[in-house]
Amino acid sequence: MAKISVKDLNLYYGDFQALNNIDLKIEEKKVTALIGPSGCGKSTFLRTLNRMNDLIDHVKTEGCLCLEDQDIYDGDVDVVALRRRVGMVFQKPNPFPKSIYENVAYGPKRYGMKDKKQLDEIVERSLKEAALWEEVKDRLNKSALGLSGGQQQRLCIARALAMKPEVLLMDEPTSALDPIATAKIEELIMNLKENYTIVIVTHSMQQAARISDNTAFFLMGDLIETDKTQKLFTTPRDKRTEDYITGRFG
Amino acid sequence: MNKQLKEKIAFSILTFTMLLVVVPTVLIIGFIVYKGIGTISWEFLTAMPRKGMTEGGIFPAIVGTLYLVLGTIAFALPLGIGSAIYLTEYATHGKLYKLIRLAILNLAGVPSVVYGLFGLGLFVLFLGFGSSLLAGALTLACLILPVIITASEEALKSVPQSYREASLALGATKWQTIQNVVLPHAMPGIVTGAILGIGRAAGETAPILLTVAAFFLPRLPKSFFDQAMALPYHLYIVSTQVPNMPEEIKYGVALVLLGIVGIFFAIATAIRIKFKMANRA
Ligand SMILES: Nc1ncnc2c1ncn2[C@@H]1O[C@H](COP(=O)(O)OP(=O)(O)OP(=O)(O)O)[C@@H](O)[C@H]1O
Ligand SMILES: [Mg+2]
Repeated sequence: MAKISVKDLNLYYGDFQALNNIDLKIEEKKVTALIGPSGCGKSTFLRTLNRMNDLIDHVKTEGCLCLEDQDIYDGDVDVVALRRRVGMVFQKPNPFPKSIYENVAYGPKRYGMKDKKQLDEIVERSLKEAALWEEVKDRLNKSALGLSGGQQQRLCIARALAMKPEVLLMDEPTSALDPIATAKIEELIMNLKENYTIVIVTHSMQQAARISDNTAFFLMGDLIETDKTQKLFTTPRDKRTEDYITGRFG
Repeated sequence: MNKQLKEKIAFSILTFTMLLVVVPTVLIIGFIVYKGIGTISWEFLTAMPRKGMTEGGIFPAIVGTLYLVLGTIAFALPLGIGSAIYLTEYATHGKLYKLIRLAILNLAGVPSVVYGLFGLGLFVLFLGFGSSLLAGALTLACLILPVIITASEEALKSVPQSYREASLALGATKWQTIQNVVLPHAMPGIVTGAILGIGRAAGETAPILLTVAAFFLPRLPKSFFDQAMALPYHLYIVSTQVPNMPEEIKYGVALVLLGIVGIFFAIATAIRIKFKMANRA
């Protein structure tokens, strides 16, 4: 079933068109990988899904993006509520300069949750879901900036999970991490898809192949091809996809 | 010329410019301390002036300056931080924005006596506050607003965009993001602006001369609508307006003024360090 369906999406930064007529369905509780060479519009596309592009001046978005049956870009959509349903993890780990606990509790607190016991539960659940609980349970009140890069990124995942989002967007979440930290996060992502719909941008073909169910290949603002990951990597339909995944360019 | 020689010359010149700044400052402070320290006594700090200010103490001027500085900060800080937040977080960067920025920069260069006249016209006369602590604090607040706005703006701009994005992506509203992420991170820089502002507010003579200061008033102000004595103006008076004023008293007043500014700096610096630590925690 499609959790998010995108139809005829065009996006402009001022006069520059960064996305051309994108049609894409994102399946529920699956991992969808977005691949393509640098500058092809993967991040731009990802950021349309939680309307993070709204923060940039002069961005124009056209087309139809539906989260289930709600049009994301409808005039009276509550962006704040949307972002609670669609969480995001960024390329560079960006924990707040606060304690580990305060980082995870940040979203729920802003949402108005005050009950200490409830917050404790959420923090514990989220950190467990992000496979970080065992490593930090004894120092929840210590600064998040004292964690390693990989731990920080898992903390950012926990922070997003604390809001119990339906969709989790990840923009190259492992590109700043070493192979061991990367492997941990990949394993985590595969576990998370039981409960969450995940869209992940990655530059690593191997990563896409390892963890995703579906893959979409972008090139210069066009969506060239999308398919089950296995099929796309073994029998691509488009010559350009084949060139990219066999490393002939990009 | 070889690299080492160039390096040495550059180093010497930079050291020299540094000394050029530091040495006079140290000399001035040293001179005032040397000349004034003898005057400082418990009586000088806590008694009313007597005998045409040639005897007794300067208590009312000290209290007046304290009230003025606190009042000024109370008006200027919220207003300045508010404006800076508006300019960095909300305003679209169009023509109006550029105009406002230009106006603020220019205001910072306006001579203080002009602020005094402005305060006299607006607060003392038009709004009818009379010559009072309120009018003086408001005038000084206008004077230091540009400094506070500019410093706060710089501080807000230095907050990494990634913090804002992380907060917004978690479904926090813009205002929640400002309150919980942006402001705490910008606080040390904002406090620096406040420090600079305090220094100016405590030391200015012309604006208070026109809006608040009394020549001689041997009692404490009872409300914000009272006139008050203030140290910079008092210093001006004892230095130029009173014949046969003993030399030490002038330097004593100057030293007390220096001390008060120093204490405010120390407090502000402590606050700044506290915020800095909190950001790292
Ligand atoms: N804020 C912006 N203003 C103008 N143009 C932008 C902006 N952000 C991105 N672009 C342009 O849009 C295009 C797509 O950028 P995007 O960041 O989505 O690429 P990407 O596929 O994520 O690349 P990478 O793999 O390097 O992260 C690029 O040509 C980029 O220069
Ligand atoms: Mg990108």
